Amino acid sequence: MSEVPSDLKYTTAHEWVRVEDDAVVTIGITDHAQAQLGDLVFVEVPEAGSSLGAGDAAAVVESVKAASDVYAPVAGEVVGANEQLDENPELVNNDPFGEGWIYQLRVENPDALDELMSAADYEAFAESEED
Amino acid sequence: MLDAIGVDDIDGLFDEIAGGLRAGELEGVPEGMPEMAVNRLMERRAAQEGRPLCFLGAGAYPHHIPQAIWQLTTRGEFYSAYTPYQAEASQGTLQVTYEFQSMMAELTGMEVSNASLYDGGSALAEAILMAVRGNRKAKSKRVIVPRAVHPHYRDATRTIVRNQGIELVALDFDPKTGTTPLEQLDAVLGDDPVAAVVIPQPNFFGRLEDVDALTDRAHERGAQVIAVANPTALALLTPPGQWGEKGVDVVVGEGQPLGIPLSAGGPYVGFLCTRKNLARQMPGRVVGRTVDADGKTGYVMTLRAREQDIRRSKATSNICTNQGLMVTAATLYMSIMGPEGFERVARHSHANARALRDELCAIDGVSAAFDGPFFHEFVLRIDGRAVTDVLGDLAGEDILGGLALAPYYDELGDALLVCATELHGEDERKAFAEALARAVA
Repeated sequence: MSEVPSDLKYTTAHEWVRVEDDAVVTIGITDHAQAQLGDLVFVEVPEAGSSLGAGDAAAVVESVKAASDVYAPVAGEVVGANEQLDENPELVNNDPFGEGWIYQLRVENPDALDELMSAADYEAFAESEED
Repeated sequence: MLDAIGVDDIDGLFDEIAGGLRAGELEGVPEGMPEMAVNRLMERRAAQEGRPLCFLGAGAYPHHIPQAIWQLTTRGEFYSAYTPYQAEASQGTLQVTYEFQSMMAELTGMEVSNASLYDGGSALAEAILMAVRGNRKAKSKRVIVPRAVHPHYRDATRTIVRNQGIELVALDFDPKTGTTPLEQLDAVLGDDPVAAVVIPQPNFFGRLEDVDALTDRAHERGAQVIAVANPTALALLTPPGQWGEKGVDVVVGEGQPLGIPLSAGGPYVGFLCTRKNLARQMPGRVVGRTVDADGKTGYVMTLRAREQDIRRSKATSNICTNQGLMVTAATLYMSIMGPEGFERVARHSHANARALRDELCAIDGVSAAFDGPFFHEFVLRIDGRAVTDVLGDLAGEDILGGLALAPYYDELGDALLVCATELHGEDERKAFAEALARAVA
């Protein structure tokens, strides 16, 4: 099984969420997701300032074989995006939980973060999907 | 089989379709005819069409097509090749597409071309969808489309984009010049954000627009610029990639003038070129050149991850395939003509159109509707006789005299859109001028 850091929260769409200060969260896709997609050739990041509802398509990750949406795990306003991915989309493959982060959101209602999965729950979820 | 699926008779299969919508009996279509009889019938019908001298353009242009083009295009290797899903299997088809893209990018002065679209009208609609997707900063779905853009393109665009919440705003032309004035653009731009502005060159009346000023103004206002260009005219005019300070964002047009016969309106081929940073918003696909493991040149499908078989409802458009055969003809046309030959076609078309306008305007009751430079089409005003009657008389002399504009532009009254290309030398023009003089007398 791929890496699943225990200090992060997870979604059923294979995104990870790191809670930073001041109701800001950093979002990326999991190691499992990047492995499933294969080599990424393009990442379309959201525009800072745009507001997203929970479940809205926020970014697009495109690999040699597919293009998939990255969804907003909770509602909020985009406060930053990883501009490095423009030139180096492979960062998502090489370091999905670090340099390969995709965007940051200022969360509308921090309580909504409690709905997300823990690392253990996500690990079980990803395994059940494999079956 | 009907028993197995629980339907009484064949009509039961079509129950869902309302009776009024079903074809029923096709009256007037005979049961069946022997091949020899069909041949005779078709030859008789074809003869009725005659071989008219054609001065009708309006989006589809008669040009000389060298024999080699369709001789090569209809070879089995090209003719039967469908869009290659097993990407590397069809190197010949891929290379033709690659060459087409390279030539179109050079002709339009843009960085990227896709592998073609259906036709000029739907290409404009795709460009508008693309500009709205790509211009998220503007946060607007308002697109400005001059009335001097081909009326059929505007109709097709309206049909395609209207259910996506995109608002098309018309922009009037100057009744004296037949072009789109900058002040008019300013007035329509207003204070609201705009996603894109469409600029035709030449416009539907054959007139050349002030493309630099229009492009810059649109860009100043944060709008993207979509050029609708005639490829033959681009052999002479500044490529849209160099209009104004920054050049346009998307160029579309109809590729029919590139070696494709008029043939009752189709199949034609649309082209769409853009900048590299918008390539991911572009509908369709891109073929690229690369090297294989042994270092030998090969061609591959480079970009098609946004097509509907992969992205479903999130696809950038529903276009997966392309007009491969028309692309082949257009590519052969451009390579056989070469840059010089192609430029000569454009120069002759322009020179013949200028001569024809002077010759026709020398006739009493015929005058030019607009002042200013034009490419290979112009608008005439006919006094004293209805344009449709004049066209009827000309048809009687086996001449297609042009397009009556009143059905599309009521305010122009008895106006006639006329085109000349390299096919219309002195003899052809003289025949037209004499016939027109008789028709308006």
